[in-house]
Amino acid sequence: MYGYIGKRLLAVIPVLLGLSLVIFIIMHLIPGNQATAMLGAYATPENVARLNAELGLNQPLPMQYFIWLNNIVHGNLGYSYTLNQPVLNAVMQRFGNTLILAIAALMLCTFWGLLAGVISAIRQYSWTDRIVTLLILTGISLPSFWLGLILILVFAVDLHWLPTSGMYEVYGGGGLLDLLRHLLLPAFTLAVGATTVIARLTRSNMLEVLRQDYIRTARANGLSESRVVYRHAFRAAIVNVIPVIGVQAGFVLGGAVYIETVFQWPGIGRLLVTAIESRDILLVQGGVLVVASSYVLFNLGADILQNILDPRVRA
Amino acid sequence: MRHSILRTAAAALIIGTACTALPAMAGTPPGVLIVGQSAEPKSLDPAVDTAVTDFRILTNIYNGLTHYKSGTLQPAPALATSWTISKNGLVYTFDLRKGVKFQDGTPFNAEAVKFNFDRMLDKNDPYHKLTGPFPLAFFFSDVDKVTVLGPYKVQFTLKKPYAPFLSNLAYPTGLIVSPTAVKKYGKNYGSHPVGTGPFEFVEWDRNNKVVLKRNPHYWNGEPALKTVIFRPITDTNTRVSELLSGGINVMFGVPPNSLRLFQNANFKTYQQVGPHVWFVILNEKDGPLKSKLVRQAMNYAVNKEAIVKNVLKGTATVANGPIAPAFAWAYDKNLKPYPYDPAKAKKLLAEAGYPHGFSTTFYVTQGGSGMLSPVEMGTAIQADLAKVGIKVKIETFEWNTFLSKVNAGLKGNVGMAEMAWMTNSPDTLPFLTLRTQAWPSKGGFNSGYYSNPEVDKLLEQARTSSNQAERAKLYKKVQVIVHNDAPWIFVANWKQNAVTTANVKDFKLQPSFFLLLHDVKKP
Repeated sequence: MYGYIGKRLLAVIPVLLGLSLVIFIIMHLIPGNQATAMLGAYATPENVARLNAELGLNQPLPMQYFIWLNNIVHGNLGYSYTLNQPVLNAVMQRFGNTLILAIAALMLCTFWGLLAGVISAIRQYSWTDRIVTLLILTGISLPSFWLGLILILVFAVDLHWLPTSGMYEVYGGGGLLDLLRHLLLPAFTLAVGATTVIARLTRSNMLEVLRQDYIRTARANGLSESRVVYRHAFRAAIVNVIPVIGVQAGFVLGGAVYIETVFQWPGIGRLLVTAIESRDILLVQGGVLVVASSYVLFNLGADILQNILDPRVRA
Repeated sequence: MRHSILRTAAAALIIGTACTALPAMAGTPPGVLIVGQSAEPKSLDPAVDTAVTDFRILTNIYNGLTHYKSGTLQPAPALATSWTISKNGLVYTFDLRKGVKFQDGTPFNAEAVKFNFDRMLDKNDPYHKLTGPFPLAFFFSDVDKVTVLGPYKVQFTLKKPYAPFLSNLAYPTGLIVSPTAVKKYGKNYGSHPVGTGPFEFVEWDRNNKVVLKRNPHYWNGEPALKTVIFRPITDTNTRVSELLSGGINVMFGVPPNSLRLFQNANFKTYQQVGPHVWFVILNEKDGPLKSKLVRQAMNYAVNKEAIVKNVLKGTATVANGPIAPAFAWAYDKNLKPYPYDPAKAKKLLAEAGYPHGFSTTFYVTQGGSGMLSPVEMGTAIQADLAKVGIKVKIETFEWNTFLSKVNAGLKGNVGMAEMAWMTNSPDTLPFLTLRTQAWPSKGGFNSGYYSNPEVDKLLEQARTSSNQAERAKLYKKVQVIVHNDAPWIFVANWKQNAVTTANVKDFKLQPSFFLLLHDVKKP
């Protein structure tokens, strides 16, 4: 068990190294740099060269990469010129906000996904099943940034029930209630896609398990239906759903980039979008590295959890 | 079993609805103005900043020695009460306003002015490297030295006469910061701005808000607003819905298609011509566009009226040349824009030896400051040129990439590139983009390699003359020549727009694109 976890953890290191290299190369393949972004319309080759020299961007690329890597090992992701603060501070603070959004979305999609999957499985081919399937189809087909705008239009602009954007009111306010009001629309929008995936998977897994002999035996032994479904079928079905929830956690984090832009959520997605626009390269590199690492860690976590729940996986 | 599942679902639904039924939003409190911005500020240090969105914040925290008189682009006294200019145009002596204090209590005086310009211009100044780089410092590159003549008297000596100097002092790059604050915060000064302006800085919550409060000691009287909050809302649709739902009070740059949403009693809309020119650079170095007749033909072939009306929905006017109508004193309003005349265009093309047209490549950007609707405008131009036989292949780039390609100069078969400039003086655009000395190889922005010795001479003269009537005459001559030479397709002058909620009073758009909130009220 521990050996397995240790091996998986070791495997993460080359993945992260490769990742850092890819991020670095991509950021330097994009034409235009910090100097062109800062100078805007005034970016003549001459002005750009002058500013590049002042910013230290005229060093050879491998040199810049190793300096960056060496700094990372020492816990220093560099200094963001747009935010005027260390990249690590900026990234960790925004990452916390993104986690609030992602965890809320993950709770919503896990709850609704499992519920919808179980209901439509135990009522296969009923009207409930058809309605749930229709909802799932709709959910898969909706682009989340579009859905977000529609929700804003209905619940904020027309009904005035919920705020359009931000994380707290900009004046006064604050507190849990304020956060919840701001969280509801973005978390829901973010959850829709993942909910549909989890629901479909739960449904098919449940159906498969319910057809197994031991379920029939359990029923024949006179166990109550709820006991059969909850204790036996659901537990067996969820083992296969958990790794998918782990993967969905990664997708939810990735989806947060759009959602945070639409809802102005002060998270890492929005941070990255603005950093890319202003060519704040160290900030982009640091941010992507943190997001990608967390993606890797989520998958690792899901694998380990599945491992604990289902000893067969270890073999 | 079914019951328990249904019960769980019902409970979840109740929790869900309870969240939505929380108290509905109220409007913003009295005396608090919330401005929706399209970008997060890069810095609040005026010497470092280049973004128009940041300028809207800065012009409320700081003052310059001069400022643009409200509603114009004419420099007028601000922290300097008066000035004299030596006969040879090299020495500017300013009398400074007495009794003014920075928001941190530091007295404003000649030493403070010297500190500011030394910081920006003197490479050996201890704060130059620490708080720089200063991307727009070249606005003052002709300043040789700044001398303190007395506590309230300061002298600028220029290396050569430079007429836009007073105007550049009113630009954010010239705004005066507190020396004490720069010394205290060092390289973090950009997050702790201190000026002499009507509002003082309270808080910058990154990606969320910048909060200013009224400066009770402001030398020109206390402003009416208590608090101003700038919120970065990068997505345009979200900004529109924030304004519709009452989350912000002011929004700039409402997209033409959304303007009609605000044409009701709950909102006020504002329009104002800005110092903006949208044009297509034509390549005079290689290919058919070397011929003046071809370039004139292209100006006749493009239906600018239709672009302004259909693509920009009336948010712009047709341009006649390289100087924007916002510079009323220098603009030649008698110069008529090229009319839409495809027949004449075809005739000119035949005359130039291209009766069946030719093909060329057109660089189009996907977005960018002041570029309006670059893709739609680019394709409209492409369609118009096709009608006279010019086959245009569009290549699109993201703004930063686009700039690096275009600013390096158009080459080979790339005959055309879109561009737009917003400037603070009638001098800036032609000086940086039309002189022979401004070719990309010489560090300028003349990407189409236009060259006319007469224009070069007139622009140099205009820059060194400190007589405005004479400068106006020279700029008008430049416009006539450039109009005829047609180094660009002159397309549009943008009218900036803004929408406020109806309770915002005495709001005004400025041709400088700055935001002046001193007189604004919101009961």
